[in-house]
Amino acid sequence: MSALNRHILQSQPSAARRWEAAAVWLFRSATYVILLCGALVFGNIVFKGSKTVFTTTAPFINVAFLTEAPESLYVFEYQGKKREMGDREFRAFKAQHPDASNVKSESYVYSAGGIFPCIVGTVLLVVGSMFIALTLGVSAAVYLSEYATQGRVVTAIRLAILNLAGVPSIVFGLFGLGLFVIYLDWNVSLIAGWFTLALMVLPVVITASEESLKAVPKGFREGSLALGATKWQTIRKNVLPYALPGILTSSILGIARVAGETAPIMFTAAYVVRDKLPWEGLTSVSDFFFQGVMALPYHIYVVSSKIPQNEYTERVQYGTAFVFLMIVAAIATSSILLRNKLRNRYKW
Amino acid sequence: MDIKTPFTASSSGRSSPVSAAPVGAILIDIDHVDFYYGASQALHDINLKIEEKKVTAFIGPSGCGKSTLLRCLNRMNDLIDGTRVAKGQIKIRGIDIYDPSVDVIELRKRVGMVFQKSNPFPKSIYENITYGLRLQGRSNKSDLDAVVEKSLRGAALWDEVKDRLHTSGLGLSGGQQQRLCIARAIAVEPEVILMDEPCSALDPIATVKVEELIQELRTKFTIVIVTHNMQQAARCSDKTAFFYMGKLIEFADTRAIFMNPANAQTEAYVSGRFG
Ligand SMILES: Nc1ncnc2c1ncn2[C@@H]1O[C@H](COP(=O)(O)OP(=O)(O)OP(=O)(O)O)[C@@H](O)[C@H]1O
Ligand SMILES: [Mg+2]
Repeated sequence: MSALNRHILQSQPSAARRWEAAAVWLFRSATYVILLCGALVFGNIVFKGSKTVFTTTAPFINVAFLTEAPESLYVFEYQGKKREMGDREFRAFKAQHPDASNVKSESYVYSAGGIFPCIVGTVLLVVGSMFIALTLGVSAAVYLSEYATQGRVVTAIRLAILNLAGVPSIVFGLFGLGLFVIYLDWNVSLIAGWFTLALMVLPVVITASEESLKAVPKGFREGSLALGATKWQTIRKNVLPYALPGILTSSILGIARVAGETAPIMFTAAYVVRDKLPWEGLTSVSDFFFQGVMALPYHIYVVSSKIPQNEYTERVQYGTAFVFLMIVAAIATSSILLRNKLRNRYKW
Repeated sequence: MDIKTPFTASSSGRSSPVSAAPVGAILIDIDHVDFYYGASQALHDINLKIEEKKVTAFIGPSGCGKSTLLRCLNRMNDLIDGTRVAKGQIKIRGIDIYDPSVDVIELRKRVGMVFQKSNPFPKSIYENITYGLRLQGRSNKSDLDAVVEKSLRGAALWDEVKDRLHTSGLGLSGGQQQRLCIARAIAVEPEVILMDEPCSALDPIATVKVEELIQELRTKFTIVIVTHNMQQAARCSDKTAFFYMGKLIEFADTRAIFMNPANAQTEAYVSGRFG
């Protein structure tokens, strides 16, 4: 290369360029690794779970899995054919075929039937704890950011709330056990689970609410007060409605996340197995609140901790995980739709 | 230093207003007021009487306390922690508005405010106007309709928005938004309207419209307007108060302030030599 062809903007290799290339390469590969991990986790659950949840024949959905209670699965050989049957079916079969009454069978607990009670329980837990967390959290946030005199005390309270977010979920579970289940004598019940989950998600709700409240321009408050509104009228009519989209999205996402935790409910609300659905066999309204329920995350935990693992237990685990993912996705989607709807109503 | 008989001129030295005007009915009597933000004093011994159904302009360089004094008149400063009127009184129709027996809500219904940054609520034009009325529990549809039309006409906005009353107030132009805020303020029929630089964010044409509006409103309301625009003060107001560093330097007929100010600082300011 002759010196004559060079100009003052001539590109030349340099250390800075090599670092630039290396840095971009590092960032890019980090992103791809994360993507790959995500794809593997989701792909694995979707791939294996959909085998349980969907079927190849009409109606293409495993209705029994979604609408029935868990049962034990019996696997046995009869007249040279390998058969798999749920508990009830197996008993009926034995009644029909007397010669099968003492056939040798292997049983796998919870591997037949469905997960309907778990779906119901999880939905109940989510709805109830969401209600409690929003009521408590939004009230506290309104108080902290609209009413309380800003100072050291409020800063300390905020810090405490933030730290609460870092407490491991098992600690919340034990706290719930100690306070709600034992001390308040609520036993293992929906209401104990609601409060435990609500406490866990409170930091998210309060922080999100405070941020959303702060994002509402001061002019709306002043304008309202200058027209002779009280502070509460101002907040209710001219601040909260605008903050609500933000509050709801973050809170619902927070709750969906907490609903996936096993630790906080396993001492407070979840039963390994329960024959009755939550609305069956109630003698009074309060019975509803003081009953334990089955729940998806706990069911996954229970099934996964059965040893030995095999293809039968795996089916339930992945099926349950898949359904659970779908439910969380549905909650998240609806919260985003809700936010968009509210946002379009109040834009500034 | 406590209470002076209303309508008597103050005799205190530097901040004594120089007034040559015949005194009308006094609506707001600001009587030797000291005002503090926490430890820092923003107003020093302000003594000023605002007449009924007149336009009073507050002028002065940035940071001299115009907004602070204006916001004292409807106790908007109460919203800021640590503020206090340390000395003196502000009386409206003879009632000390900082007296514990005074209901701030009632005060703010009577003393409306239009802000520098126009702040229509993200609601429809109709809901903006009826906001204050609904707070008072008025919900009769035909009653509200009538007030909406009257207020929008009063704010010279009716013809521009009558076909879109139920669209968002934020869809209006900047000047229209500010007139919407004025309409919202007059809908609750206050006695006084406080305006803090209502035109500072508007273009010249929108400014002219708001100024014309002020001329119409003066027949029904007592108006106190803060402005940085000398021409505006000269065009719109009957009386002008000049402030400097938290002190009232001169208060007189607008004509007197601009034509032959008694104070050298006032003269320097209105002729544009500082500020
Ligand atoms: N919230 C506050 N906290 C503390 N000090 C304040 C606050 N608001 C205003 N001040 C101070 O009070 C003084 C008067 O302020 P004010 O806003 O009344 O001035 P102004 O005359 O309206 O100025 P401008 O023309 O720029 O609006 C200033 O020194 C200002 O720094
Ligand atoms: Mg100001």
